[in-house]
Amino acid sequence: MTAIPTLSVKDIHKAYAGVEVLRGISLDAQEGDVISILGASGSGKSTFLRCINLLEIPDAGQVTVAGETIAMRPKRGGGQEPASSKQVDRIRTELGMVFQNFNLWSHMTVLQNVVEGPLHVLRRPRAECVAEAEALLEKVGIADKRNFYPAHLSGGQQQRAAIARALAMKPKVMLFDEPTSALDPELVGEVLRVLRALADEGRTMLVVTHEMGFARTVSNRVVFVHQGLVEADGTPEQVFGELKSERFKQFVSGLHA
Amino acid sequence: MDFAFLSDTMGQLLAVTPVTLELWISCIAIGGVLACFVTWARVSGVPGLTQLAAAYIFVFRGSPLLIQTFLLYYGVSQFAEVRQSFVWPVLRDPFNSVVISLALCTGGYTAEIFRGGLQAVPGREIEAGRAIGMSGFTLFRRIIAPIALRQALPAYSTEVVLMMKATALASLVTVWEVTGVAQRIISHTYRTFEVFICAAIIYLVLNFIVIRLLLHVERRISPHLQGRPNAIHPGAPPEHAAGPIELPEVPR
Repeated sequence: MTAIPTLSVKDIHKAYAGVEVLRGISLDAQEGDVISILGASGSGKSTFLRCINLLEIPDAGQVTVAGETIAMRPKRGGGQEPASSKQVDRIRTELGMVFQNFNLWSHMTVLQNVVEGPLHVLRRPRAECVAEAEALLEKVGIADKRNFYPAHLSGGQQQRAAIARALAMKPKVMLFDEPTSALDPELVGEVLRVLRALADEGRTMLVVTHEMGFARTVSNRVVFVHQGLVEADGTPEQVFGELKSERFKQFVSGLHA
Repeated sequence: MDFAFLSDTMGQLLAVTPVTLELWISCIAIGGVLACFVTWARVSGVPGLTQLAAAYIFVFRGSPLLIQTFLLYYGVSQFAEVRQSFVWPVLRDPFNSVVISLALCTGGYTAEIFRGGLQAVPGREIEAGRAIGMSGFTLFRRIIAPIALRQALPAYSTEVVLMMKATALASLVTVWEVTGVAQRIISHTYRTFEVFICAAIIYLVLNFIVIRLLLHVERRISPHLQGRPNAIHPGAPPEHAAGPIELPEVPR
């Protein structure tokens, strides 16, 4: 715990129409951490992930990426807002987001989807971007689909394309928001294999998931969120093995019921 | 069948077809630019501006184009202030006047078509753009506008065809385009049927070309929306389906 955390999130609060979804969540991720975030539906785990790259603006709390804190200022009528949209845009390039429903750009081919960010946001030379994109598509196993449109791919292939798109930005942290929840059961495996390979590479990853097997075997840390608070936090052995939290026990047994 | 008369009529009408085309191209071009501004104002959310744009759209969609054309050409000229102002050299010319009428009207319709296209852009795809660090103009240029354009194109091609036919109104303010010349020939010959059939054929051929052209553009820029079963059910994996799903042709 000596180095600056790659990602540090402090005391995030978020309420919708008076209902508190997040009631003060903090989390530090060191370089190479693979953190699974578990929790029942409605526990706030997805909202938490979306607060990290400010797709949702937290009412209170702060986010620090590799030592740089996103500047917030008080908003009229309560809460807070980003002080600089430029800074938010820049920080977002360092946080690779993978969505539950892939959210690929429908009017672009797979390759165009992957090249888009490096080319038009980072403004790097096209040839370089294309070469890297092709290498990434090779890595996630869909190089042969590079000229397909998302609508012509299976869910698993779309999700792997979306992962390649996020990786193309060379992010410091990857955020996965239930990456396998929208997939048919037989397609889950191919996406989890990619996640496992990324974890083995030593990438820093936050994964909101319902895949207990993944949480148990791939991640080095498990965070269990319950009613907007961190209920359990530790290694998979600690959280799963000792089952210290009564609520976590209920959550896990509920899944197998 | 009096082929000599038909070919003579066709010759006269074809000679003024460029005027019809000029009217059409001018009003589509000016109307398109106008529509961009009106759409922007309509979705800007700026108090006053949004209402102004909505009112503009309502007025030009809600009143007959013929009356709009008459108002601008015959109506406005009754005011001495207009006749003495800098706009008079433009408005006194029937061609200019009718182009402005048509452009103002199609601008209103097209603005609504563009707005529909913008609204059809999936929020998820915009969010994916934001998540990658896009905002403002880059987000609009790379994600929102291209998707909106593809969504709007079918409706826009209808509007463009309607405008081709609307250029016939120019004949009523003394512009000698296809319909005007057809009426002049009829007044000399009283052969209404043959002459108007010739005129109709010209409009049909022009619109046929325009429709084919736009369909070609649509197919080119939206290959992802063409004819594949899962274009209707995005994300449905064809290779994992029980068998090829046969779906009827989507009417367009």
